Amino acid sequence: MDDNMSSGRVRKAPENFLDRDGIKTVFSEAKNGRRSFIRSAFAAVATTATLPAVLAQGNPVPVEGGDPNILNLPQHSKALGQGVAVEGYGKPSQYEVNIQRRQSPGLTQTTQASVSFAPLQSLFGIVTPSGLHFERHHQGWWDIDPSKHRLMLNGMVKAAKVFTLDEIMRLPSVSRFHFIECGANTAVEWGNVAVPTVQYTHGMLSCSEFTGVPLITLLELAGADLKNGKFVLAEGADGSSMTRTIPMSLIKSGEVFVAYGQNGEMLRPEQGYPLRLIVPGVQGVSWIKYLRRIEVGDKPYAAKDEAVHYMDLQPGGLHRQYTNLQECKSVVTTPSGGQVLLDKGFYNITGLAWSGKGKVKKVDVSVDGGRNWRTARLETPVLSKALTRFNMDWVWDGKPAIIQSRATDDTGFVQPTYQQLRGVRGTRSIYHNNAIQSWLVQESGEVKNVQVS
Amino acid sequence: MFKFPKALVVIALIAAAGLASAQSAIKMPGVGRDATPKEVAAWDIDVRPDFKGLPVGSGSVAKGQDVWENKCAHCHGFFGESGEVFSPLVGGTSADDIKTGRVAKLTDNSFPGRTTLMKVPTVSTLWDYINRAMPWTEPKSLTTEEVYSVTAFLLNLGGIVPDNFVMSDKNIAEVQARMPNRNGMTTAHAMWPGNEFNGVSKPDTRNVACMRDCVTEPKVASFLPDYARNAHGNLAEQNRGFGAQRGADTSRPEGKPGATAPMVNAVVVAQVSPSAPTAPAAVASGDNKAAAVLAQKNNCMVCHGIDKKIVGPGFNDIAKKHAGKTDYLAGKIKSGGSGVWGPIPMPAQTLSDADAKTIAVWLASGAGK
Repeated sequence: MDDNMSSGRVRKAPENFLDRDGIKTVFSEAKNGRRSFIRSAFAAVATTATLPAVLAQGNPVPVEGGDPNILNLPQHSKALGQGVAVEGYGKPSQYEVNIQRRQSPGLTQTTQASVSFAPLQSLFGIVTPSGLHFERHHQGWWDIDPSKHRLMLNGMVKAAKVFTLDEIMRLPSVSRFHFIECGANTAVEWGNVAVPTVQYTHGMLSCSEFTGVPLITLLELAGADLKNGKFVLAEGADGSSMTRTIPMSLIKSGEVFVAYGQNGEMLRPEQGYPLRLIVPGVQGVSWIKYLRRIEVGDKPYAAKDEAVHYMDLQPGGLHRQYTNLQECKSVVTTPSGGQVLLDKGFYNITGLAWSGKGKVKKVDVSVDGGRNWRTARLETPVLSKALTRFNMDWVWDGKPAIIQSRATDDTGFVQPTYQQLRGVRGTRSIYHNNAIQSWLVQESGEVKNVQVS
Repeated sequence: MFKFPKALVVIALIAAAGLASAQSAIKMPGVGRDATPKEVAAWDIDVRPDFKGLPVGSGSVAKGQDVWENKCAHCHGFFGESGEVFSPLVGGTSADDIKTGRVAKLTDNSFPGRTTLMKVPTVSTLWDYINRAMPWTEPKSLTTEEVYSVTAFLLNLGGIVPDNFVMSDKNIAEVQARMPNRNGMTTAHAMWPGNEFNGVSKPDTRNVACMRDCVTEPKVASFLPDYARNAHGNLAEQNRGFGAQRGADTSRPEGKPGATAPMVNAVVVAQVSPSAPTAPAAVASGDNKAAAVLAQKNNCMVCHGIDKKIVGPGFNDIAKKHAGKTDYLAGKIKSGGSGVWGPIPMPAQTLSDADAKTIAVWLASGAGK
């Protein structure tokens, strides 16, 4: 058995699968480049005492000469499957039951003013399945009858207006992918490491294709004073009637829109069905759900979540007010905290990058705690103010490794380190923590959330 | 636009149809209508820092205390100090802060909390929020006088207005001039995505994308504490049972490589068996679920946790203390009361007798999941 490779999921080699010359070739190829893991794997075989445990994770050929999952045809290959429309609305496989949005115990005192975190460690690509989209409610969520929902526009407009969903859905629409991140995402990590997994460190983050009508279109319909009306109040129809001040300059750019669609269907109730504001690049609290009213004004509104919460306390005791932007940030989602690598060998390090100012230009990944970096591959599409997926090849040698990612956006801004961020903002800011995240892969394979100095 | 005859014709048509905005009709006729003044009044409730939108009216600290004790104290505490349901509202401000408009405790890292009165710069914010969102389970139910009163009472708790104060739309600007953190805000930052505040454009940090030998040997400065490893539940159950990684089985101490995988699969199988036989226990569990849903729906869980005290006792503790006493519990749910578990009263509840009974049966039989 000494000719086994210890890299995970590699089929056990039959005896003499490489002759002496072949082995020599592998070794010489391995001296340079990506395949060096084969060499180290060969070397490890001779010395490591933990080998049996490691091998237990592989996919060796059983003594019977074949995998029973191959040799014995399963029921699903030998019988009739289920018919169409068994589920009028399809659900994930029963084997995906672990993939849930979850609360962080002790974070909030009530469930109605609370948060659930998206399971980023289990997601692929850039789109968050609507049922796993993170939740943030301020006074509980509702499933509102769309035939009774109204949107009002008033304030500095020629005529205050009322729109029904019927009318809004007649207007020219746009569909755009955008990330939404809570301003308090990663808040618990400002001072030190606090939570175990990427779901809880970064899971107040989601990305969807939203469909709706640019707010500027509605403002023009009402004859809004776009010159003197510098600030727009957006207000929800739920108990909290959430209000937030939206910059007119962003609305005039055409980016802000009133959405009814999410990932090809209507918004989910937890996301503001039937109408929510989309404010690309801005923290989630401004994306007013159950949107009922838009008011055009010439001054900011100092709403509760602009004058009590969602303000950033600076070291000198001043609060920064109206801090809305989500600056460039990234995180490795696998391998990530609380996961266990099954074995040494090849892995695809993957993660998400985003910027509230535009597109992600590049993402670098380090496996040695930030000493050396390699540039990751970006998956397409790379869209403005949307999540971008990155990947990087990695061969784990079984030794401790600290994995980090560092994003740069198309303004040239580079995601900061914790030291840089704390140097300016201190450690009591709560909001807008976009520092580089570190994951320590331990020799046991278990990954730990850490911060490095 | 009146230069163009075509536009004039369109405007004439719109006027006939009862629409006012020429712009809208030209671009997208037939979509939207003018809001009536009555409709705007019903929804346009926001109050700005310059008091635009503030209704005429007044309310006294004394009246505010009554409102507070009936409608606010069970979540916020009698003195706005409670942190059980929401963060404390009052505390941490001083007479000196009222003079300077800056809260000194905000620079004191040893001071544990940041109360609402320590942070809020604008009295309009309090008025607006109380009016639109309070009380917690009955938002928008307070009268204008009640909002003035309860705002005045809250400010009185913080020593900002005297005991005999009557706050009104006439003197609210004087109250604003006493807000402890009124000078504690800045918009000189690069975090507002627009030019409306004339903020700064330069970001706080300037990292560079160094690629080689960037830092000396990195050291782990902060490590997930041992107690936090399993604090969010077993991480093996929060990851797929297959793929490049597993979740760590945090119900057990950290192990050697390979120690976790079989267990994780077992977890998945155990959780998904959809065709499990319906045992008596499962039937009971269905009733438990229905009762828990009712408790949620009737806002019981605002004050009672399933297995923890919030304002009132946890359901598990009630179940222990009053096991088997269905009628007593149903009666208590309907009538409310105080003194059994503590001084904070539970208000009488308005749910139906049948629903109260369902919840009481559930409690009397152990409040199971």
